[in-house]
Amino acid sequence: MSNQNNKSIYERIGGEASVNAAVDIFYRKVLNDHRINRFFDNVNMETQVAKQKAFLTMAFGGPNSYTGEDMRKGHAQLVKAGLNDSHFDAVVENLGATLIELNVPQDIINEIVVICETTRNDVLGK
Amino acid sequence: MESNLNGSTMTRLTLNEHIYYCVPNETVLEVLLREDVKISYACKKGTCHSCMVRSLDNAPPEVAQAGLRDTLKKHNHFLACLCYPEQDMAIKLPDQSEFYTQGTVVANEMLNRNTLLLIIAFRDAFEFTAGQFVNLQRADGLTRSYSIANTPQESNTLEFHIRRLPNGKFSEWLHDEVKIGDSIDVSEARGHCFYLPERSQQGLLLVGTGTGLAPLAGILTDALAHGHAGPIYLFHGSREIEDLYRIDEMRLLSEQYKNFHYIPCLSGDKVPGGFSQGRVDEVSLALFSDLKGWRIFLCGHPDMVNKMKKMTFLKGASSADIYADAFLLTPT
Repeated sequence: MSNQNNKSIYERIGGEASVNAAVDIFYRKVLNDHRINRFFDNVNMETQVAKQKAFLTMAFGGPNSYTGEDMRKGHAQLVKAGLNDSHFDAVVENLGATLIELNVPQDIINEIVVICETTRNDVLGK
Repeated sequence: MESNLNGSTMTRLTLNEHIYYCVPNETVLEVLLREDVKISYACKKGTCHSCMVRSLDNAPPEVAQAGLRDTLKKHNHFLACLCYPEQDMAIKLPDQSEFYTQGTVVANEMLNRNTLLLIIAFRDAFEFTAGQFVNLQRADGLTRSYSIANTPQESNTLEFHIRRLPNGKFSEWLHDEVKIGDSIDVSEARGHCFYLPERSQQGLLLVGTGTGLAPLAGILTDALAHGHAGPIYLFHGSREIEDLYRIDEMRLLSEQYKNFHYIPCLSGDKVPGGFSQGRVDEVSLALFSDLKGWRIFLCGHPDMVNKMKKMTFLKGASSADIYADAFLLTPT
């Protein structure tokens, strides 16, 4: 019997390789999404891709050292500019669509969405 | 490497004339901060890339290069915060003062009504990859960045395309005062926008405005010399035909190499036959509906470069395959 269940989602879906596979698909969806792409208009693409990788690593339950404080500080300007729950939902939706495209099983996607939800209040400065 | 009394190994970091010792389980960033070396850093976890440094000799551990683009890896750049050194390294900080070499001007002629071809020769081989840039420095310390337009030569020469900018102190000096035989100080080559000879079947899309042709011409020459087999498209744009240059040379190359396509673009009203009407970004994007798998090089005006970075990505190019060099226009 394998110890699949003892492994983190991150390990089960392939670790860093899965992040690399997902990052472009995910970021392209975000930039194409009219509900949220204005928040990404003035960012440097290179830096943004690195940040998206850090975010996906965290969402996949991989090694990260994000703190609630990081999340709050990192998004404070965007919250001032109107970032709210609907935008958060849109990002999570794009992540879900990305994972479906990569054939990640639905039960794992559900777990990833749960991890994302744990950051909602910090991201939105609630 | 040296052993301490416990028998575990320490690695040695050399920075200029200083030597620092790195104990096991200590990152390069931690060593430098412990020793009060001024280095920019922020996240300490490999995300922000603020603390990127370069090894001048031994290759850094692979994990310290995670997430960096391939051309930076190739030149031994790494993130100090992720690096537990496995061997001694001589390192260079990003904001460290540069080493300048003196060269001699061996050619200066006009490429068009406002662009000067400047060729500088060096006594010894000058280390660079086509597509990189250097800082040129005048005796009074005034300094500007210019892209190198050629590939490494046996003659140890570097070629530059210098556009005369209105009230541009440095470009006016180069245009009006510098003569053949004059000396000029040149920094080490920098930048990550260059060709790597791999995936030779891949399509290459090169888009530039004005003297953005300089690095692209170097990259093109390099790719052709390496026998790049995939299609290569070069779009060079300006408003008026008088501000383009090397038109005949590029057309000749496109006859010699079946896989090379040259599309000069004019955004002004007068567009003679053989030229495409419109801005380079519009003309090039109209030609490609899908850029999946393509390698992209963008050089020139920052607005064009930033727009094209996003658009080529949205058209399917992988973020790791988009290389850009936006020209910063230094206010005078």
